[in-house]
Amino acid sequence: MKIVVCIKQVPDTAHVRLDPETHTLKREGVESIINPFDLFALEAALQLREQAGGEITALTMGPPQAAEVIKEAIGYGVDEGLLLSDRAFAGADTWATTAALAAAIEAMEGVDLIICGKQAVDGDTAQVGPGIAQRLELPQVAFVKAFTEVAADKLVVERQMDDGYDVVALPLPGLVTVVREVGEPRPPSLKGKMRAKKYEVPVKGAADLGLAEDQVGLAGSYTQVVKVFAPQASGEQRMLEGSAEQTGAQVVDLLVDNQVIVVGS
Amino acid sequence: MAIIDIDKDLCTGCGECIDACPFEALELIDDIAVVNEACTLCGACEEVCPVEAITVPEVEQADDARTAEAHGVWVYAEQRAGAMPEVVAELLGQGRRLADELEVELGAVLLGHNLDGQPEELFALGADVVYVADDERLADFNDDIYTEVMGRLIQEHQPEVLLAGATSLGRSLIPRVATAVASGLTADCTGLAIDPEKRLLLQTRPAFGGNIMATIICPSARPQMATVRPRVMKQGERQEGRSGQLIKVELAPDDKSATRVLEVVQTLDEQVNLTGAEVIVTGGRGLGGPEGFDLVRQLATALGGVVGATRGTVDAEWIGHAHQVGQTGRTVSPKLYVALGVSGAVQHLVGMQSSDNIVAVNSDPNAPIFSVAHYGIVGDLFEVVPVMLDRLQQLRGQQG
Repeated sequence: MKIVVCIKQVPDTAHVRLDPETHTLKREGVESIINPFDLFALEAALQLREQAGGEITALTMGPPQAAEVIKEAIGYGVDEGLLLSDRAFAGADTWATTAALAAAIEAMEGVDLIICGKQAVDGDTAQVGPGIAQRLELPQVAFVKAFTEVAADKLVVERQMDDGYDVVALPLPGLVTVVREVGEPRPPSLKGKMRAKKYEVPVKGAADLGLAEDQVGLAGSYTQVVKVFAPQASGEQRMLEGSAEQTGAQVVDLLVDNQVIVVGS
Repeated sequence: MAIIDIDKDLCTGCGECIDACPFEALELIDDIAVVNEACTLCGACEEVCPVEAITVPEVEQADDARTAEAHGVWVYAEQRAGAMPEVVAELLGQGRRLADELEVELGAVLLGHNLDGQPEELFALGADVVYVADDERLADFNDDIYTEVMGRLIQEHQPEVLLAGATSLGRSLIPRVATAVASGLTADCTGLAIDPEKRLLLQTRPAFGGNIMATIICPSARPQMATVRPRVMKQGERQEGRSGQLIKVELAPDDKSATRVLEVVQTLDEQVNLTGAEVIVTGGRGLGGPEGFDLVRQLATALGGVVGATRGTVDAEWIGHAHQVGQTGRTVSPKLYVALGVSGAVQHLVGMQSSDNIVAVNSDPNAPIFSVAHYGIVGDLFEVVPVMLDRLQQLRGQQG
């Protein structure tokens, strides 16, 4: 089975702190990591390779330093990597991002399965996976939590829904996005780490993918950020002072007074 | 590539813009702000610059023909096995307001099988036109055939706006539809408004882990598409017996889906309906152990709510993952959110900060949860919560 795992380099939001005064991000010293959800995608790929054989390519798009996440993926045990990097890719929305990723996957030929994490923790859109599937005209199942059957031409998966889950048969080639229930990521292997050190990450730009500059990056994007601002805490904010007896009763009274909770008809 | 203009003579090197930039696109070099290619022209720096040294150029977008011809606001009326989630009524409420402002029709699109009674419900909730594709091939949700039908409908009728719920189904289907019709899509919006001059949909959503809000537009393609976070928009007023135009949509003979749903397993009890809950009481590591959740459950029951949990407690296996609120769990915005012993990691705050009322009890006065709480109590939750329970019972007793 030929598998492509799409991964993204993101700021480590676990270490991002909020400035309580200004509500802005304190990003000093924040490291870049593999998007945590993409680790589940890597884990799923490694599991499938164990069951069905084949090879895994990790694919990412980003600035030159995003080569780091490809090396990390090599450390986890993927076979090959590819970085899409070009100044023209900067500022891409999900439409322009999928243009580049889909073109790169198409050029690989013979890919059976594309696996993405359910979303990236910086953008939180969950749009790139389905976008790639549509561009490549492949069937998809999003939010997969388990692979229950693995064959060369078909997978049976469990898809997480708001009210439970669906059991879905997905013919291959196809695309899935996965959630954390597919399995905790295994640690990188020593052998993998050694290989990652020496691994030269292949890099492709827009021209290599046969894409014009106006198809990618900010120029190739439909959406535009026009304004950013600090979220306003809605309504008044107050700290209640006093003993547990005082504050516990006071908060209930405030909620009742404001009709947040109803105590009788 | 377009880039902001920084007047080197005016710039004082104060660094305000560097803090304001959400994209790390600015840095100080020799005490002058310098921009790099990460810039998206969002304008955050222009707004904070105290000496007006920064100008953001207006982006000229080549309008394609669709922007002029597109007309009408559409809502995707999600349903599963005949049941519509609450978010459909919220989308129709919001869609109605947007349609009235644009002075256009509000359409609702309904895909599925055996949909009797549902178009009437959509009319009652504010739809002027309901497009119904009722076909056994749509009985189960499959992204490919749903996309095919939606894409065809959009191309034929060219709505200017399409809203859908940011549910599991919506966030799986709608990105695919947006790609099929080649338009822009904004995920998980918590605010929608119209720029009346340009007839643009202003789509506001939390970004960067919810620490900033971003307003996004889609100037050059149609429809302008957004998924909308459940329980944020107000439902419209239901008007029994209100009617409208029903348009039946036929599938093509060769329409079919490659994926096949073999089984639908509804596990609401196990899954915990966090997304639909009005009240959520969440426990964090401050509970000290799995038995701490007994108190959380008591308060949740007393308030008619459900139990939520932080990632820390789920990872420690004090409670099941179905309860998890936050970036790796569910995003919620109930009427009342009570956080007990929750410190408030960014990933947790993202998942609950749009709740209407937030109460936090934590022994650490510096816990970040207090930055989003409406009512904060610094104290021992094992002392405060029993008092809350007593007080609730006492007040309920008075009401008889």
